[in-house]
Amino acid sequence: MFDNFVVPNLLPAAPELFLAAMALFILLVDLVVKDGRRTVIYGLTQLTLLTLIVWRGIPYFRAIFLEQPDAFEALSQITYTFSNMFVIDMMGDLLKLILYMAMSVVLAYSRAYLIEREVMNKGEYYVLALFATLGMMVMISANHFVTIYLGLELLSLALYAMVAMNRDSVASTEAAMKYFVLGALASGLLLYGMSMIYGATGTLEITAVAERLFGGGANRTLLVFGLVFLVSGLAFKLGVVPFHMWIPDVYHGAPTSVTLLIGSAPKLAAFAIVMRLLVSGLFVMVADWQNMLIILSVLSMAVGNLAAIAQTNLKRMLAYSAISHMGFMLLGITTGVVSGDAGNLLNAYSASMFYVIAYVVMTTGAFGMILLMSRAGFEADAIDDFKGLNKRSPWFAAIMLMLMFSMAGVPFFIGFFAKFSVLQAVVAAGYMWLALVAVFFSLIGAFYYLRVVKVMYFDAPVDETPLVAGTNMRLLISANGLAVALLGMFPQVIMSVCAYALLRSL
Amino acid sequence: MSNYPLISLAIWTPILVGLAVLATGSDRNAPLARMLALAGAIVGLLVTIPLWTGFDVSSAGMQFVELRAWIPGFNINYHLGVDGISMLFVLLNSFITIIVVLAGWEVIQQKVAQYNAAFLIMSGLMNGIFTSLDGILFYVFFEASLIPMYLIIGVWGGPNRVYAALKFFLYTLFGSLLFLLALMYLFIQSGGSFSILDWHKLPIALGSQIWLFLAFLIAFAVKVPMWPVHTWLPDAHVEAPTGGSIVLAAIALKLGAYGFLRFSLPITPDASHELSGLVIALSLIAVVYIGFVALVQSDMKKLVAYSSIAHMGFVTLGFFMFSAMGIEGALVQMVSHGFVSGAMFFCIGVMYDRVHSRQIADYGGVVNTMPKFAALFMLFSMANAGLPATSGFVGEFMVILAAVKFNFWVAFAAATSLIVGAAYTLWMYKRVIFGDVANHHVAELSDINNREFLILGVLAICTLWMGLYPEPFTEVMHASVNDLLRHVAISKIQ
Repeated sequence: MFDNFVVPNLLPAAPELFLAAMALFILLVDLVVKDGRRTVIYGLTQLTLLTLIVWRGIPYFRAIFLEQPDAFEALSQITYTFSNMFVIDMMGDLLKLILYMAMSVVLAYSRAYLIEREVMNKGEYYVLALFATLGMMVMISANHFVTIYLGLELLSLALYAMVAMNRDSVASTEAAMKYFVLGALASGLLLYGMSMIYGATGTLEITAVAERLFGGGANRTLLVFGLVFLVSGLAFKLGVVPFHMWIPDVYHGAPTSVTLLIGSAPKLAAFAIVMRLLVSGLFVMVADWQNMLIILSVLSMAVGNLAAIAQTNLKRMLAYSAISHMGFMLLGITTGVVSGDAGNLLNAYSASMFYVIAYVVMTTGAFGMILLMSRAGFEADAIDDFKGLNKRSPWFAAIMLMLMFSMAGVPFFIGFFAKFSVLQAVVAAGYMWLALVAVFFSLIGAFYYLRVVKVMYFDAPVDETPLVAGTNMRLLISANGLAVALLGMFPQVIMSVCAYALLRSL
Repeated sequence: MSNYPLISLAIWTPILVGLAVLATGSDRNAPLARMLALAGAIVGLLVTIPLWTGFDVSSAGMQFVELRAWIPGFNINYHLGVDGISMLFVLLNSFITIIVVLAGWEVIQQKVAQYNAAFLIMSGLMNGIFTSLDGILFYVFFEASLIPMYLIIGVWGGPNRVYAALKFFLYTLFGSLLFLLALMYLFIQSGGSFSILDWHKLPIALGSQIWLFLAFLIAFAVKVPMWPVHTWLPDAHVEAPTGGSIVLAAIALKLGAYGFLRFSLPITPDASHELSGLVIALSLIAVVYIGFVALVQSDMKKLVAYSSIAHMGFVTLGFFMFSAMGIEGALVQMVSHGFVSGAMFFCIGVMYDRVHSRQIADYGGVVNTMPKFAALFMLFSMANAGLPATSGFVGEFMVILAAVKFNFWVAFAAATSLIVGAAYTLWMYKRVIFGDVANHHVAELSDINNREFLILGVLAICTLWMGLYPEPFTEVMHASVNDLLRHVAISKIQ
């Protein structure tokens, strides 16, 4: 009866399987743990993520710092499994490694915030976070439309629930509803696009789609329609204009710890599916989607940066800043191929990848600062809550200063080199006007980041309460701030790893 | 001697000491912070002295060169070196840092550690700007130096400090972002090099040169500042604390002018010739029109700020006449202006600390209560007006001399500034210092203390030294300036 059933090669998906098993195990453990003992759940969750970090990090450590060629060789392998639905390559592997780190830091930042808010401090929170991680991992490694959709829904459903977790908050519930309805719409768009491409090519497998398209003969009208829906769905997930409406409301309405989660790691996964769908799958139509992305990108930089100026709520401001950052990141992807010449390809895509990673590092720190400032019953999410921070705590004011200047793209911080590498790709592609637009909106963007610095340094504090965060939180956020500075002084390692990973994956 | 990474020391000593000062923390440790900062500033100057004593005046090339790979992915290098154009500014900057630390000794009582740290870090960053031979390294230092200045104006400044700090930051950022695009364009054109020295040799078509030149012009014109993008400067000066004004006037304004010599002239020589008329016109407007604007100011700091713009007009004028006399005169003017404007701002600070007003109308008859101060202030006012035997004269005279050879009417317009400059400076001096004691504030003034006397005395010696015997300053420039001119004379269009 089972003659035709071949056990697929499970090894490439081992991290996913491990995470899924741990998530289920933690769910079980949670049943027997009393409310006051959530530390066990938290500990197990962190243990899971740390195991993954060490497990997947060692090959990189060996390759980069010990310079062992066999480690490089092992990392550069591309393996398909589950009937080509799942792929493991260096780009995915690297993004996943950063994803584990980001999730681990995100949960560590959220810890104190959750303990102070009993209604959210349930085992489910951590389990949902792990399932969201699993969803992102599946998205990153997908080589099939259905796999992408599966990962996306796993991530989204977990996030919807997390946004609504603070049941007593009207704002959170409203944000969750909005997120859910608009998220469902976007999934619909994505699926619709996928179905049209299936109609044109007869396959759902991304690499096979690319092969069929190279062969030619596909119905172009159908393909272009499919592409439009696909790009719309992706734009929604990235949160770029005009599909950005949910970002400010969800960022603002969600509990800060969830905003931190939504605002950081999923950007990595979104980048990955853009690469998988557009670059791996629909590369033949590069001229079409590049033009679409240019429009999305310019609009995002314009709307994001302009709207951010008017915000008084820091979470909302960072939401608009996220829109503009994603627009900037897309710039890199739009410049891979210039009039049929793919010479700029690697340069451009690795610039975008570096940008996403840099953005995740910065945004984690920025939302982390809000969590650091929050106390029981007090959300430090208004920009004015940072008034006079330099008087209350010079050290954390300096950390926030670094994060803000980094986001504004001022050297010596990582944000500068992120912007630099993307701009370099744009200039190399010969789109000088696009570079000018990007630079112009960066200038506008600098204004609102400077305002946060102004509030911290130039204004007198309204609230003299000393910060109450625990030692772990303080150390971690200090490390995060210093990472922004150190990676800014020595960006070479991440830059070259990104370039190498893409070289070996595309 | 040149085996030691002297330039790196000049950059990183102040920055590391600045971080150490920051670590002293709260104002309880203020005396420690001050002492540490002073020690750091002095060591910072000492490490730069071998740059002058070991400098080979016969060579036009880069000296004390350091070259290490920084970001190999983009071929960005940690490439440092000084030539006759940049060397003096490293020393000037390190010297002014000591003055600035001393200037804030008693006045600054709030966040002392942060104040001193900001100045030390900025000093190191500015040494980095003057010595970078890699485009991106230059840019990184150039833009990073905005952060400490933004904080200095915003935290320790006057009532309208927030507006002034923001205006300062955004104006400069606007210029430098276009500059960044120009650097990237050059990177592509040169086949993947960010080395400024490579760019000097790079042939570029005239059309591209003009765009590059304009991008450079916007970046540096904002920084100099040239008319009409000068409006941030009076605001920044008026609101900044004394130390901030000194650094702005003495060093930060020089960065833009230095940029013209390091980027505009050698990288886009043909466009520089083509558009020199534009720059000369803007410079003359700065010299003449801004001179008249200075005349009507009622705020002393604003008056000196406008006079700085006029003096920097002389500098840009000197550069774009393409003669050794003009460029050397402009360089001398830059160094001299570093001493004189620093001293002028310090003098105003001395009075402000006592009376808490910068309005000329609030003073009168200061000589009666502060005779020592009045004497030194007189010297610096004269230097600001360009009196012979002070450093202010040498540079202006050389530039005017070059202008006479270049075009009589340009020289004529430039020379009127000597009259206007004398008018606004001396008229202010007369109203503030001479006459009867104007009010009880002036009557209660105490003369300068030893610290203030030391600062003004040292600056006075420098001013007179440059005025009477400028040879040591000009001799280091000759070779590099002549080399630059030879280079600029050769067309890069192919």
